[in-house]
Amino acid sequence: MSVQQRVIIDGLSVPIEGERNLLELVRKAGIDLPTFCYHSELSVYGACRMCVVEIDKMGIVASCTIQPQPGMVVRTNTEQLRAIRRTILELLLANHDRDCTTCSKNGACRLQELARRFGVRDVRFGEEDLSLPLDHSTPALVRDPNKCILCGDCVRVCGEVQKIGVLDFSYRGSEAMVGPAFGKNLADVDCVQCGQCASVCPTGAITIHSDIDRVWKAIHDPNIKVVAQVAPAIRVALGEEFGHEPGWAEPGKVVAALRSIGVDMVFDTCFTADLTVVEETAEFLDRLSSGSRERLPQFTSCCPAWVKYVEQYHPEYLPNLSSCKSPQQMFGAVARRFLSSELGIEPESLYVVSVMPCTAKKFEASRTEFAADGRPDVDAVLTTQELARMIRETGVDFDKLPIAPFDLPLGVSTGAGMIFGNSGGVAEAVLRAAAELLAPEKKPGIRGTQLVFEEVRGLEGVKEATVSIAGNEVRMAVVSSLGAAAEVLRKIESGEAVYDIVEVMSCPGGCIGGAGQPSPSHLEVRKERTKALYDVDTMQMLRRSHDNPYVKALYDRYLGDVGGEAAHSALHTSYGTRRRIAGEDIRFSAEEIDGRLDVGVCVGTCCYLHGSYDLLRGLMDRVSQHGLTGKVDLHATFCFENCGHSPNIEIAGNVRSNVTVEEIDKVFQEEILARLVE
Amino acid sequence: MKTMTIGSRHELKEYAARVRADMASLNKRVLVCTGPGCLANGAEKILDAFRSHSVEAVGATRTGCHGFCEVGPLVRIEPDDVVYVHVKPEDVAEIVEQTLRKGNIIGRLVYRDPDTGRAYQKERDIPFYASQTKVALANCGAINPDDIGEYIARDGYQALARAVLDLSPDETIEEMLESGLRGRGGGGFPTGRKWMFARQAKGDQKYVVCNADEGDPGAFMDRCIMEGDPHSVLEGLAIAASAIGADRGYIYVRAEYPLAVARMRNAVKQARECGLLGANILGSEFSFDVIIKEGAGAFVCGEETALLASIEGKRGMPRPRPPFPANEGLFGKPTIINNVETLATVPAIIRRGPAWFRGIGTESSPGTKTFAVTGQVSNTGLIEIPMGATLRDVVFKIGGGVLGGKKFKAAQIGGPSGGCLPEQLLDTPLDYDSLKKAGAMVGSGGLVILDEKTCMVEVARFFMHFTQRESCGKCVPCREGTKRMLDIMEKIVAGRATLEDLDALEQIAWVVKESSLCALGKTAPNPVLTTLKYFRDEYLAHIVDKKCPAGVCSAFKAYVIHSELCKGCGKCRRVCPAGAITGEPKHPPVIDTSKCVKCGACVEACAFGAISLG
Repeated sequence: MSVQQRVIIDGLSVPIEGERNLLELVRKAGIDLPTFCYHSELSVYGACRMCVVEIDKMGIVASCTIQPQPGMVVRTNTEQLRAIRRTILELLLANHDRDCTTCSKNGACRLQELARRFGVRDVRFGEEDLSLPLDHSTPALVRDPNKCILCGDCVRVCGEVQKIGVLDFSYRGSEAMVGPAFGKNLADVDCVQCGQCASVCPTGAITIHSDIDRVWKAIHDPNIKVVAQVAPAIRVALGEEFGHEPGWAEPGKVVAALRSIGVDMVFDTCFTADLTVVEETAEFLDRLSSGSRERLPQFTSCCPAWVKYVEQYHPEYLPNLSSCKSPQQMFGAVARRFLSSELGIEPESLYVVSVMPCTAKKFEASRTEFAADGRPDVDAVLTTQELARMIRETGVDFDKLPIAPFDLPLGVSTGAGMIFGNSGGVAEAVLRAAAELLAPEKKPGIRGTQLVFEEVRGLEGVKEATVSIAGNEVRMAVVSSLGAAAEVLRKIESGEAVYDIVEVMSCPGGCIGGAGQPSPSHLEVRKERTKALYDVDTMQMLRRSHDNPYVKALYDRYLGDVGGEAAHSALHTSYGTRRRIAGEDIRFSAEEIDGRLDVGVCVGTCCYLHGSYDLLRGLMDRVSQHGLTGKVDLHATFCFENCGHSPNIEIAGNVRSNVTVEEIDKVFQEEILARLVE
Repeated sequence: MKTMTIGSRHELKEYAARVRADMASLNKRVLVCTGPGCLANGAEKILDAFRSHSVEAVGATRTGCHGFCEVGPLVRIEPDDVVYVHVKPEDVAEIVEQTLRKGNIIGRLVYRDPDTGRAYQKERDIPFYASQTKVALANCGAINPDDIGEYIARDGYQALARAVLDLSPDETIEEMLESGLRGRGGGGFPTGRKWMFARQAKGDQKYVVCNADEGDPGAFMDRCIMEGDPHSVLEGLAIAASAIGADRGYIYVRAEYPLAVARMRNAVKQARECGLLGANILGSEFSFDVIIKEGAGAFVCGEETALLASIEGKRGMPRPRPPFPANEGLFGKPTIINNVETLATVPAIIRRGPAWFRGIGTESSPGTKTFAVTGQVSNTGLIEIPMGATLRDVVFKIGGGVLGGKKFKAAQIGGPSGGCLPEQLLDTPLDYDSLKKAGAMVGSGGLVILDEKTCMVEVARFFMHFTQRESCGKCVPCREGTKRMLDIMEKIVAGRATLEDLDALEQIAWVVKESSLCALGKTAPNPVLTTLKYFRDEYLAHIVDKKCPAGVCSAFKAYVIHSELCKGCGKCRRVCPAGAITGEPKHPPVIDTSKCVKCGACVEACAFGAISLG
């Protein structure tokens, strides 16, 4: 055996086995060095300084930033190191809103946990000086800057994984804070509400907007019938909230738990996932056989964060999105339209609750496309975490609950609907259906078409496959995380890659890694959940959506033909462009003078990238050179929703597009000077 | 502008000879200092006045800082080395008539030593200049910074020629290593070693960066070099680039230095026109160009990794090292970052050899260092001294002693990252290691002299306030620790602190120093730690006795009326804006200290000197 390279950690000889930094090595040695800002899936930030160690000849260093070197002698527990850690905790607590008992992160807060672990009993320094306003602007997330410890985890997950960068630091010193651009609220910027920021936040600074109270109110109202739908990813994660290992899966417990808290009927989102597969496969085969590539590749539209992303960043691909509603919204539509009559109750007295692994689903449920007469199809969305909290509130012993079956008719589903929770699941479900539908001849008895498509399974950000289905080559990409999606779109745009169908889920690993899932939700945990969901699929008798008898019955009784008019009206939708940043314009003069010529230059992302700052500067120079500052109200504005023709300028209500820097003089003469002469 | 393409060493020499001949054809040259101090006092008007008088064979030109800001605006006349001080535009006609035309010295305009009364005609004799050694500042004040010709005439770009034509990159680095030059920006890391690491680093693209983000309060050395001799910086940067194999350089300069930015831009433009920047410089294989990047003035952007982030268009925040920029720097490529003064020193080393450089300064800190001397000192200004000269030399020989004959109390050296050295350390040699031992640092070279009327606790509070505001907010010890340190410092000067606060202050200071991410944080407690070390009694006076020994901190001031001097006129009562003074006419009034706002109006109003601080 070759001599292994080793590091001495607290007297223990530990082999180096490809660890990326000393922190990982120390943790491998069984010593849980505390951290706030270290995440193995994000870049090393080195800011919280909790993981300090003492290294011979190097002194005190943050272990996350050090490469392990053979022969290093490391100490992790000295009087000095303890003093540093404790002081850092005390300093953080001194500038922290310490209303722990009423904080939504109470019991799950890393700061609270470490303060307890290090026995911080006294905070000597000033009470928190300034109370900043909370951001309740979105239906998905709540930002509380008073709880922020500036570890930057949210900034990095948004910037590095999702590559959106909605959050960043602003201001300096003790005034430094994290937030969206221009101090705006999340709802006014291009946040897709995927919630990955909340899932990495160690404190209560970014949390999931809670709908628990609304659901309790409905449950306790005797005139309301509360029906729940449970997304596939819940059944492989809820157990973690009650002490089970990741990957523990027991759908019957989830149903029983929902009943125990007072939900009247419990259905399965996998049922409408099957419905989605039927519709989406038909749509796909239709586009594929049309002979035109205009609406190819077809993009999946189950993920609301992805849909919002396309609306904001790539409106040119809106026609490529599948027009199918997501399983959650199909369930809402089916429940509101058909279930109430099945149950013999008024549609208004039906209260539809979703249990989702996702924060963006809260946003999706609030979209006007999914409401009739102001009443949303889905009344409330609970995340896995919220459901767990409700179960705990009742005092029910989760482990002692007897398992219970889903209710009929919307509780029966196939394996294809279940794997929707995994990245690659939607694609595989569609492939199963397509393989079946395209098969030249059906074998009697046992159906022989392909069921498992290994090519699209796994936790990589991008999986590419060319699948042969009944002699047809289907080129596909399966994407999880919006950063990976951006790269795939770039390849499609440049022609480097050609696909027929692209599945996109915004969260790493798909819905099983959604921000509503129990914490922690790192790679190892996601692996277990993914495997569990495929196991659930394997155990199903029915594994193709088309084989779902209740889906067939739904078509027979209400929807008519697949892709037909009734199906279209209930199960399909359309999306439009969406501005990325909203709110007030930026004015350059404080004075308000009536009758000034209104000139707005868009400084939104597209226009900015196409040189609108130069236009703005050029116009400012000319306005001041001509002494027209009192006559022209020049201001920076955000988005005329004409991003394809950026940069845009609006003069007295008329938008002029594709303006170049060379044209500034012309625009100034023709549009500004000429108007003022009038 | 008399520029031409210089494509070889021969052409460089020819060009230098031609400019020298042009200059030699002049009988006299008038060099008007347009350094920051002189500029603020009307130097441009003086220059205009000289130009409005046309005297045959006399050239008037603006130069960078001459250094002796205290007596500016300065005008020097060559070749006689005559210096006139406190020159006003009205004096110009007389200077033209007497000195330029007739060759007479105007007695009232020459420098007189305020102590001895002795008059000095020549710059080199003035005590302020006599014990200085100018290397980085050699051209500063001697040439027109906007004219590349004058730089070339003084052997400019000869060092670059040697580096790209005679030396291999390894030989250039070897000379830098031998010279022992250490980074003048504060850290003192050997420049040659930095270059060596970057040379050895693998990379298809490498960068050199000039750190011109001078941010210490009271420091203006780099500014003066860029304003007075921009080509020396550019030449140093080009030599560095040729040594490590970079073809692209950045000069990161704060936008608050508009003149320095303009001069550097002009220098880059001229160098490009001459072919001293661009492809195949001086006929060699070496190609190089420079981009000037203006920074928004965050102090932390002087830290090299924050600076790089800023150039990349990101928020200026330091990142952990390693990886060091020499391996992974700008845009992830091997990069060296040298400060302005370091780079301005490089051409002289390559031209005159490492042995010459080693002959100046000390064994471990060879060469010279510039300092911006400010505060309560007679001769404020910009100086350059051999490393190892003592603080006493600077304060008393060059600085002319403490202003107004007061007693020396301390020297604040190294800005917000440095420390306060007390009287007993006046003989400390100014070099990297001695200052570090004393708890201070060379820093970039800010040197503030403090007299006996200075409250050291207040000085420390001031610097804490600065670093707290300029902390980038990334790591916890610096962001939160400096804030709490400042809170405690504010309590101390307000008379509300306890001894427990002092313990907490020392403890947090230690944590900030030990565990901060970057050098800004690690050094932020230095002003507090050094004042605690050398002036602890002043802290205790504020905390225990509730007194400010220097009489500075207003919280401890209380006005008292001396009844033996008071005539009972009641004027103080009438002027008091707070209604704190009451009493009967003809009797000494009484001050209610709880109402007194310590504005001092009563003291000013009293015609009998009967009210004073007690």
